[in-house]
Amino acid sequence: MIEVTSVSMRYGAFQALDDVSFTARPGRVTGFLGPNGAGKSTTMRVVVGLTPPTAGYATVGGRRYADLPNPGREVGVLLDASAQHAGRTGREVLTIAQRTLGVPAGRVEAMLDLVSLTRAEAGRRVRNYSLGMRQRLGIATALIGDPSVLILDEPANGLDPAGIRWMRDLLRDYADRGGTVLLSSHLLHEIEVVADDLVVIGHGRIIAQGAKEELLAAAGTLVRTPEVATLAQALADAGLVAHACGPDALRVEGDPRHVGLVALTAGVPLEELRPAEGAGLEEMFLELTSDSQRDTTPEGAAA
Amino acid sequence: MTTSTTVPVPSTRTTLDHVSTLGRDAATRPTAYAPIPFGRILRIELRKMFDTRSGFWLLASIGITSILATAAVIAFAPDSSITYEAFGTAIGFPMSVLLPVIAILSVTSEWSQRTGLTTFTLVPNRSRVIGAKLVASVAVGVVSMLLAFGIGAVGNVVGSAIAGVDTTWNISFVQLGTIILANVLGLLTGFMLGILIRSSAGAIVGYFVYSFVLPTLTSILAASQHWFSDIRHWVDFQDNQTALFDATAMRAADWGYLAVTGLVWLVLPLAVGLWTMRRSEVK
Repeated sequence: MIEVTSVSMRYGAFQALDDVSFTARPGRVTGFLGPNGAGKSTTMRVVVGLTPPTAGYATVGGRRYADLPNPGREVGVLLDASAQHAGRTGREVLTIAQRTLGVPAGRVEAMLDLVSLTRAEAGRRVRNYSLGMRQRLGIATALIGDPSVLILDEPANGLDPAGIRWMRDLLRDYADRGGTVLLSSHLLHEIEVVADDLVVIGHGRIIAQGAKEELLAAAGTLVRTPEVATLAQALADAGLVAHACGPDALRVEGDPRHVGLVALTAGVPLEELRPAEGAGLEEMFLELTSDSQRDTTPEGAAA
Repeated sequence: MTTSTTVPVPSTRTTLDHVSTLGRDAATRPTAYAPIPFGRILRIELRKMFDTRSGFWLLASIGITSILATAAVIAFAPDSSITYEAFGTAIGFPMSVLLPVIAILSVTSEWSQRTGLTTFTLVPNRSRVIGAKLVASVAVGVVSMLLAFGIGAVGNVVGSAIAGVDTTWNISFVQLGTIILANVLGLLTGFMLGILIRSSAGAIVGYFVYSFVLPTLTSILAASQHWFSDIRHWVDFQDNQTALFDATAMRAADWGYLAVTGLVWLVLPLAVGLWTMRRSEVK
């Protein structure tokens, strides 16, 4: 169980995190979604005590991370797979973690097997590793202490499709056994497949959170028409809230049947009418974070 | 039953079975863990000083430069100069450069190689990690000095035999101790700069400024300005250290000067560095 409570982080005039609160529960994979620079990594660093927050606090299993007597036994952390000494071998990196945590030496080989790094690869220096191999080594380091909580920042980066599939199955299995997984990504499809709960962050603020199904249901109805303005007015008259969704579409907070009825009454031709769920998480994500995206807002350059 | 080609689907459940007690042994999973003992962190930090190629060769270079310096004395020094002090002086210079660099890198590599992300996640109490690095660095420094003196002693025996002169042991044990102390102070200066600056290049440059540029400036100042020459004992840490190389000249007052300047130039900035480092972000 990871609990983040009202965490704010300020760098001078820049508000990196603004009153961030969420919970990652045991037995569930919590996907932490957000565009680049939204504050995902900063939040995770706050949770493991690497970044002191300006306000608020975070706990893991009810205690502050820094108060855990041997944190690696309870929480597996992978924040940046590239953050390894280039001159150490993969096996040495694991051995250092194994000795620090005080777990049996056999864990090193067991973890190498788990992440499919061969003996020869483990003997090579990390500078010669691909990003995918570094991610596997990072996962091995995170799991070596047999923790019940996993905190992983963009673990799918650099993995090939088979590796991504492997990672997804591993995290699913881990959560099914009762483990807590907090997993960040800016890749929507990756999160959509594996996550049970979602926490969406943009510009340092939590924009949406909850069970994946609930969030998708809340996404409402997607309707496409050449007469957007007319339909928007008709929907407003009917008391429905509609959001612009591209030049010829609206996302309506209501079910398709209701929206179709309003369009029929208003005599507006429809090109498409469907639950927004079918559009997948991406549309919801883009919608939710549209004002946090640096591509669409010039002031986003401050991030 | 259809006999289409079966693609073997590896069961992920079995893979975690070997490495995770989650769900499987709920009852046997410990609920409380013992804190990581300091001795374990110390052994890890010592190991990290040797386990990279650069670290290994840096430490090996202590032995190598000691042997080279010893050989140079035997080859080039006039017969009358074949004394233990000559060997000690020749070996001392590379040591005064190498030991601080070893101490600096033990600290700054956590930032420059970004291993701190893992180190300070596994051991969140940064003071314990830094404390372990301090003990490990001083231990390596003292052992290196003893090794260097040993190599110098062999050189002295061999060199005097080759030159056909009596073997001269003109460094007392007290002097050996103060020379080791001087080198440990240099190592600690590097360590302090590593913690304060947290960048390998910056700290190494800082060390050379501290140990070679500043003393030159204070020497010039002392030679030209009478008032500075009078108070120099109270401000010049490096000058006070050089007195350690001639222990017989160390009087009680000199130890006092060394302590006062050491407090200002070493302990105080070390405290500031530790204070800022404990609050800094590890990225």
